[in-house]
Amino acid sequence: MWQEAWQYFLKNTDKILKWTVQHIYIIIVANVCAVIIGVTVGIFISGKGRERIAEMVIYFASIMMTIPSLALYGILMGILASLSLPSIGFLPVVIALTLYGLLPIIRNTYTAIREVDPDMIEAGRGMGMGETQILLKIKLPLAVPVIMAGMRQAIVMNIGIAAIGSYIGAGGLGQPIFRGIANYRTDLIAVGAVCVSLLAIIVDVVMGRLEWLTTPKGVRIRLRRKS
Amino acid sequence: MRRYVILFTLLVLFVGVTIWMTAIQQVGMFKMFPPGKVVRETIKHLQIVGAAEAIAIGIGVPVGFIATRRAMRFVSPVLVGIANVGQTVPTLAFIGIAGAVLGMGYRAAVVALFIYAMLPIIRNTYAGINSVDPAVKEAAQGMGMSRAQVTWRVELPLARPVIIAGIRTSTVVNVGTAAVAGMIGAGGLGELIVTGIAVRVTQLTVQGAAPTAALAIILDSLLGEVENVLTPRGLKVMKEKQWQQ
Amino acid sequence: MIRLENVYKTYPDGTEAVKDLNLEISKGEFCVFLGPSGCGKTTSMKMINRLISLTSGKIYVDDKDIMSFNPNELRRNIGYAIQNIGLFPHLTVWENIATVPMLKKWSKQKQLDRAEELLELVGMDPSVFMYRYPSELSGGQQQRVGVARSLGADPDILLMDEPFGAIDPITRSKLQDEFLKIQAKIKKTIAFVTHDIEEAIKMGDKIALMKAGRLVQYDDPATLLTYPKDEFVRNFVGADRVLKGLRLYKAKDVMKEPPVTVKIDEDPARVKKRMEESNTKWSMVTDEKDRFIGWIASDDIKGSKSIKEIYKPPTVTAGPDTPLNEALSMMINSTIGTLAILDEDGKMLGVLSFDIIRDMLGQEESEQQKETKASGEKS
Repeated sequence: MWQEAWQYFLKNTDKILKWTVQHIYIIIVANVCAVIIGVTVGIFISGKGRERIAEMVIYFASIMMTIPSLALYGILMGILASLSLPSIGFLPVVIALTLYGLLPIIRNTYTAIREVDPDMIEAGRGMGMGETQILLKIKLPLAVPVIMAGMRQAIVMNIGIAAIGSYIGAGGLGQPIFRGIANYRTDLIAVGAVCVSLLAIIVDVVMGRLEWLTTPKGVRIRLRRKS
Repeated sequence: MRRYVILFTLLVLFVGVTIWMTAIQQVGMFKMFPPGKVVRETIKHLQIVGAAEAIAIGIGVPVGFIATRRAMRFVSPVLVGIANVGQTVPTLAFIGIAGAVLGMGYRAAVVALFIYAMLPIIRNTYAGINSVDPAVKEAAQGMGMSRAQVTWRVELPLARPVIIAGIRTSTVVNVGTAAVAGMIGAGGLGELIVTGIAVRVTQLTVQGAAPTAALAIILDSLLGEVENVLTPRGLKVMKEKQWQQ
Repeated sequence: MIRLENVYKTYPDGTEAVKDLNLEISKGEFCVFLGPSGCGKTTSMKMINRLISLTSGKIYVDDKDIMSFNPNELRRNIGYAIQNIGLFPHLTVWENIATVPMLKKWSKQKQLDRAEELLELVGMDPSVFMYRYPSELSGGQQQRVGVARSLGADPDILLMDEPFGAIDPITRSKLQDEFLKIQAKIKKTIAFVTHDIEEAIKMGDKIALMKAGRLVQYDDPATLLTYPKDEFVRNFVGADRVLKGLRLYKAKDVMKEPPVTVKIDEDPARVKKRMEESNTKWSMVTDEKDRFIGWIASDDIKGSKSIKEIYKPPTVTAGPDTPLNEALSMMINSTIGTLAILDEDGKMLGVLSFDIIRDMLGQEESEQQKETKASGEKS
C-alpha cells in the first residue's frame, strides 16, 4: 500500500499540488473571515457592562464547536438550498470553517483584552490616551499573541474539517481519500491521509513560531522566565 | 438559566427538523428514511462512540497515569508529544488509514475512533496528575499514606476534573468522527448524511445531520454535568477564589 | 527519644548531603536543625521518618531502629508539618486534620472529636472552621491547620520543616509564640528545620547547626551564642550575637530594685533631697495603692508644690516575662533610658536600665559555669 502510494505521489505530483493549493485557499479565505468577525466580536464583547452578552456569545460559539462537521455541512446545505444559493462546493465549506474558527478567536480575543493589567490601562489614561488609543496602543498589541494562539488552534482544526469538505465538492486534499474509499484504492487513501496530516502538522509548527514572533519583545522575556 | 434556554431551543430545533424531514416521506423521486431507520442508526452511532470511548478510557487513563510515574520520566515526554501531534492529524486521515488497513466497516471505525479518542484522555490524565501540588503529595506521604493511598485519596480526586474534561472532549469529537466513519460503511448517522450528499437531496442529509448535532450537544452538556458533580467541592471553592482575584 | 548514629546520606549522583551525623534528641525536647540552604538539615530531618532513606548509619526512635518499622506505620506515628503546608484542597478542614486518624481507622466520631479538640488547641473556633475548605482560609490559618494536622493522632514526635517560613513576619511571630505555648502543654519531642537564626533561638531547647552535611555545633541557644565553636558558627550567628542572646533572658531575671520610689503625695522638697543623696536623675512615682504611674526628674522638682503636677506618665512599660531584647529596644525608644517592670495589676516589680543589662552581660562572659543554668531556666 505504501509503495503504491509513493508511486502515485511521484506520478501525480501536479494533482496533489493542485489539491494542496485548493485546501490552503479554502483555509485562508475562511480564516480571514473568521479573524475579521471574531476579533471584532471579541473586542465588542470585552467592553464594559457587556459581560452578560459576552457569556452568551462565547457559550453559543462553544455549542457551535460541538456540532460535528459533517452534520454542520448537512445543515448548511439545507439552509443554503432553501435560500437557493449553491448548496455544495466552496460556499458551504467556507461558511462552516468560518463558524468553527470563530470560537477560539472570539474567546482568545476576549480573555486577552480582559486580562490586560488594569494598572497599564490606568497609566495609559493618565498619560492622556483616549479609549481608542488605549485599545490600539495597549490592549491589542498585548492581545496579539493570544489571538494568534486562537488562530493557530482554529486553522489546525479547520485543515481537518476542510478535508471532510472535499466530500461536498470543495476540492482539496480530502479528494484522494474519498476517491480511494469509493474505489477501494488504498494508495489514494494513504497519499491523501499523509499529505493532509503533514499539512496540519507543518502549519501547527509554523503558526507556533509565528505566535512567538508576534509576541512583543518585552512580553517574550517575561514568558520565558515563567517557563 | 439562559444557557439552558439556548440549549433547549437548539435541541428542539434539531429534533423538530428531523421529525419534519421524516414526515415529508418523499422528495421528488427519492423516498425519505423511515423513522425506524433514523432511530436505528442513532443507536448504532451511539454504539460506535460508546465502544470506542470505553476502550479509550480503559487504556488512556492508565497510560496517562503511568506516564506520570518517576520511572517513566524519560518516556513520558515522547508519549505526550505523540499525543499532541496525533491530535493535529485530521480525523479523516485516521478513518481513511484505518479503513485501508483493516478493511472498510464497523471494526475499522471503532479502532480509528478509539485511537483518536485516547489522545486527549492520555494528555489530560497526564496533565491533571502532574498538576497536583508536590507539597500536597509530600504531606500525604509524610503522614504515612502508602503509594496506593496517595494515588487514590489525593492524586486521583484532584486530577479527576481534568481527566473528565478530557473524556468529555474526546466523546464530543468522537460523535463527529463517527459520522465521518459513515463513509467507510460503519453505519450510524453518518451513513444517512453520506447518502443524502451522494444523491444531492438536502432533506435526506438533514435527516442525518440534525440528530447528529443534537447527539453531540446532549452528550457535551451531559458530560459537563458529570464533570461538575465529580469535581470535589473544595476545588470549586478554590476556582471561585481565583476568579475573584 | 530520637538518636542518630553515624548517619550518612549520599545521593546517586555522588553528592554527600549528610556526613557522619551523630545526635540525640531527648524526650520532650525541641531540637532545631539550623544552617544555610543545602547544609543537609532537611535531609537529616526527613531521614527520621524515612521520607529519605539512609545510606549508612542507624536512626533509633524510642530505642528501636527505624528500619524495623513499616515506613508508613512509622510515619503515621510521627507528626509532619512542612513549609508549603500541603493541605488537601479537596478535603474540609476537619478531614485534613483527621487524615492520620482516618489512616489508623479510628471511628468517625472519634475523628471528629479529635479534629475539634485540635482546632481549639491551635486557637481556631471549630464551629466556624470545621467544614471550611483550605482555600477559604488565610495563610496563617492554613498553617495552624497544618500544625493541627501534624498532631492528628497525638504522635510523640513532631517533624517540622520550616513550618512558619512562608508567612508574613507578624503572623509568623504570633504563630511561633502560640506554638511555644502549645508545646509547653503537649511536650512533644520535636525536630524543627529552619534557616532563620532568630527563629532557632526563640524556639529551640537545642540547636544543631549544620554546614555542608556535617554537624558543626550541637548546643543550647545560650551556649551557641556565647561560645561559638569556630569561625563559621560565629559568622552564622552574626556579629550581633550578644543582642540575639538577650532574647534568652526575661526581664524578671535581671531587673533590679529601683533606687528611689516616690509616693504621689510626698513633699517635693524631701523627694529632691532623697534623689540627690542617691545621685539619681529619675525616680519612679507610685500612687496610693503602690501602682506605678510615671516618672519624675529631679530638675523638674524645683519650686513646684506637689508631685502630681510635675510627674510624667510612662511612654512604655514591660512585664516580667518580656524578653530582654524587646525590653532593650523599648528602652532605646523611651526618653529616660530606664524601663519599669510591672505586674498585671500595674504594681511595680523592678527596673531595667542600660547599666543593668551591661553588668549582666559582663557577668555572663566571666561566669562560664552558670551559662548552662541560665538557659535551663529559659525552657
